[in-house]
Amino acid sequence: MTIMEDKMTPESAEAPLRSYGSFIKNNIREYGMLLSLVAIMAFFQVMTDGTLLKPLNLTNLILQNSYIVIMALGMLLVIVAGYIDLSVGSVSGFIGALAAVLMVNYNWNFVPASLLCLAAGAVIGGAQGWFVAYLKIPSFIVTLAGMLVFKGLALALLQGQSVGPFPDEFQLLSSGFVPDIFNGQTLRISSLVLGAAVAVALFALKLRERAGHVRHSMEEEPGAFFLAKNIAFAAVIVWFCWMLASYKGLPDVLIVMFVLMLVYDFVTRRTTIGRRIYALGGNPKAARLSGIRTERLAFLTFVNMGALAALAGLVFAARLNTATPKAGVGFELDVIAACFIGGASASGGVGKVLGAVIGAFVMGVMNNGMSILGIGIDYQQVIKGVVLLAAVCVDVYNKNK
Amino acid sequence: MHSSDTVIDKPPASAGMPAGEPILEMRGIRKTFPGVVALDNVDLTVRAGEIHAIVGENGAGKSTLMKVLSGVYPHGSHDGEIRFEGRVRQFGGIADSEACGIIIIHQELALVPLLSIAENIFLGNEPQRFGVIDWAQATRRTRELLAKVGLKESPAALITNLGVGKQQLVEIAKALAKRVRLLILDEPTASLNEHDSQALLDLLLEFKNQGISCILISHKLNEISRVADAITVLRDGATVRSLDCRTEVVSEDQIIRAMVGRELADRYPPRARLAPDAGETVFEVRDWHVAHPLHAARDVVKGVSLKVKRGEIVGIAGLMGAGRTELAMSVFGRAYGQRIRGEVRMHDRVIDVSTIQKAIGHGIAYVTEDRKSLGLLLDDDIRHNISLANLKAVSTGGIIDGGAEFAAATDYRRKLNIRCASVTQQTVNLSGGNQQKVVLGKWLFSKPELLILDEPTRGIDVGAKFEIYSIMAALADEGKCILMISSEMPELLGMCDRIYVMNEGRFVGEFAAADASQEKIMRAIVRQGLA
Repeated sequence: MTIMEDKMTPESAEAPLRSYGSFIKNNIREYGMLLSLVAIMAFFQVMTDGTLLKPLNLTNLILQNSYIVIMALGMLLVIVAGYIDLSVGSVSGFIGALAAVLMVNYNWNFVPASLLCLAAGAVIGGAQGWFVAYLKIPSFIVTLAGMLVFKGLALALLQGQSVGPFPDEFQLLSSGFVPDIFNGQTLRISSLVLGAAVAVALFALKLRERAGHVRHSMEEEPGAFFLAKNIAFAAVIVWFCWMLASYKGLPDVLIVMFVLMLVYDFVTRRTTIGRRIYALGGNPKAARLSGIRTERLAFLTFVNMGALAALAGLVFAARLNTATPKAGVGFELDVIAACFIGGASASGGVGKVLGAVIGAFVMGVMNNGMSILGIGIDYQQVIKGVVLLAAVCVDVYNKNK
Repeated sequence: MHSSDTVIDKPPASAGMPAGEPILEMRGIRKTFPGVVALDNVDLTVRAGEIHAIVGENGAGKSTLMKVLSGVYPHGSHDGEIRFEGRVRQFGGIADSEACGIIIIHQELALVPLLSIAENIFLGNEPQRFGVIDWAQATRRTRELLAKVGLKESPAALITNLGVGKQQLVEIAKALAKRVRLLILDEPTASLNEHDSQALLDLLLEFKNQGISCILISHKLNEISRVADAITVLRDGATVRSLDCRTEVVSEDQIIRAMVGRELADRYPPRARLAPDAGETVFEVRDWHVAHPLHAARDVVKGVSLKVKRGEIVGIAGLMGAGRTELAMSVFGRAYGQRIRGEVRMHDRVIDVSTIQKAIGHGIAYVTEDRKSLGLLLDDDIRHNISLANLKAVSTGGIIDGGAEFAAATDYRRKLNIRCASVTQQTVNLSGGNQQKVVLGKWLFSKPELLILDEPTRGIDVGAKFEIYSIMAALADEGKCILMISSEMPELLGMCDRIYVMNEGRFVGEFAAADASQEKIMRAIVRQGLA
């Protein structure tokens, strides 16, 4: 290929009409995990004779996985930045213990107690982040130490006892539902309306984003595909809210989770700080030489992780309505697995928030479905391990293709 | 597996083939990847005891051809016939080709940094007695091999403590340990300085006298004219010329024409050179000192002062290790070194360049010599790479305007002629020249006043080099200051208005373009301080 001839390439040749086939082929990685989730849900739906998607069980699915999803959001940033955090389970357990001690033993109001807990989580994350970012100690080691330290501190704080119950207002965090202002008898209408409103709003946002892309002729997705995808997506949201509304309505924690998901999705895709985190994980040296304060950024991702681990700790404590020394044990593994199943790269720089959320639900649906089927905890772990490995293998295979 | 042991056990000097007979014949090689024909009908004949150069632009198919030859792409995954030492070979993998004595040394060296020279040389091939490694023998043989390649290092020295030049020699020693018949070197001098390159080429000539055939892949035509007996030119996956330097006079222009398929009137774009005393000084460094980041007592830059004027291209010549990159990186927000002293001025005012953010803020950009590990996010796309150093320009309140970013990237793609399907393409798949343009685009997007280019054309082909030079000339015309570090003296002479010569941490000479020559620069380096 010669040099001068190429300059003449007309601009119009840059946006070739892509066939649906090639578009789907190029984006199969993107949708692969979502399809797997759907397949897994369909499988368990059939195997459990329809129990999986009953309104009661759907509500349980959300409540059971909320804290994993919340932590997966922070973990995704940590992994994308090129690190790992093994301490999140212990930290969430420790924060749950702290909340119990404050609210039950010292009778603090739940608002200042929760705020203090979140701040404590951020400080814990910051402390670990400081070792990682400024002292350059590998995050694996720092957070392995943190895992032991906070597991121990939770035990010490609770003096080996379970502490509870929590004040009623605090329990609402995990057991509350969106109140029904329409006073629906068998259907919580406000929940349904809220769901429909969200579906419409998301659809409108997507349309606007696409219009922007088209204006700069950077859109590659075929129009019909875009419409089909987003209408299906909106329909799923409405259907999902309908199911929940026919039980007790939308759980409060779902709202928290959903808002956080939107925020983190936005941060990773559209903000400079998100972009810099990807750069940091993709090539730390190049990021530093591009004027990014890599140490501070790494530090902040750990602060964020700590705060989210604290929130997850509160949610979990509220759900059990008691803080136990065992709380949070092993959560880190589910959280990390969720990120990797969701397509994050262990070497950093690659991963998506929605992927991590889907990954968390893949794990969650399997846990739930296998429990309904009565599969023992022993084989449940075997199967989850195999699925994690398989998911990552498929991802690596697709990447190399 | 396809060679008989009798052939293997003969010493290289009588490699089984009389000199002049073809040792290797590749006929009608065709290799396709999904959607791409990488090689089509390539012929290559290497005669015993000759140094055979293969040249071609990046992407011409040189590396693919070598992978076919060495069995990385096994027999059956390509068409065509390979005859080695007179017999048809069907290599199923590298082990097969190595067993025949075909050894390839890749551009990226395959040494384990924290193992010793001896351990590396015999890695996977350790001399054993009853399954236990015989270190005494390994050390003794390593010493012999090091003597052959002229490397004075202990066999126990760790690779990580050697310079790149010495590492290259270790690779060659490793090849010799395997009783090499045909040595393939892929860009062996790409990261070597002048002195080490010469030593390496001398070594190849020495091997030739011993009857070892050699394939040399290189972009450096002066080296090729010096050592090659025959030249095969590849273009777009096909053999376009076979030249025999023994029977005809081959000029560099002739090779370049064959490589790019067109006349290249000049290797450098024409530009009016700035008169030595004209122009306003924009950037200035005074009495700059830098110590090694790990050894505070070791000064790497020792009191350097320099000036760059508006619209001027200033070169820094010198050998590798002279402290040029260290000088540039320490000025660029103390990205290198410690105990940094001295003054940096912009428009006659002292500026604070204590962090990279501040340096960028003052309009300094540094294009690294190592674009893959220090310049690019290889997993990310062109668009995100270009905006990275100046995200502020495409965002408001920390929120990125995706449209503006896309437009900016597309703009630089057009200006710099980055060849890609779209700016959403990952940079890892681009050729070296296009990757370099992406890095350049990133720094141009940061709107610098001073652009420091560290080896801007390393490892990229002739055509892309010309494009980079043209971009530099255009930038200088726009009034930007350019400081160019290069180990290739012709390019400094071809592009610069003024050239500083650096050696051992000091500037030892300064020449205006008009009275600079390779000789004068070399002399300044050799007779340091007296120039």
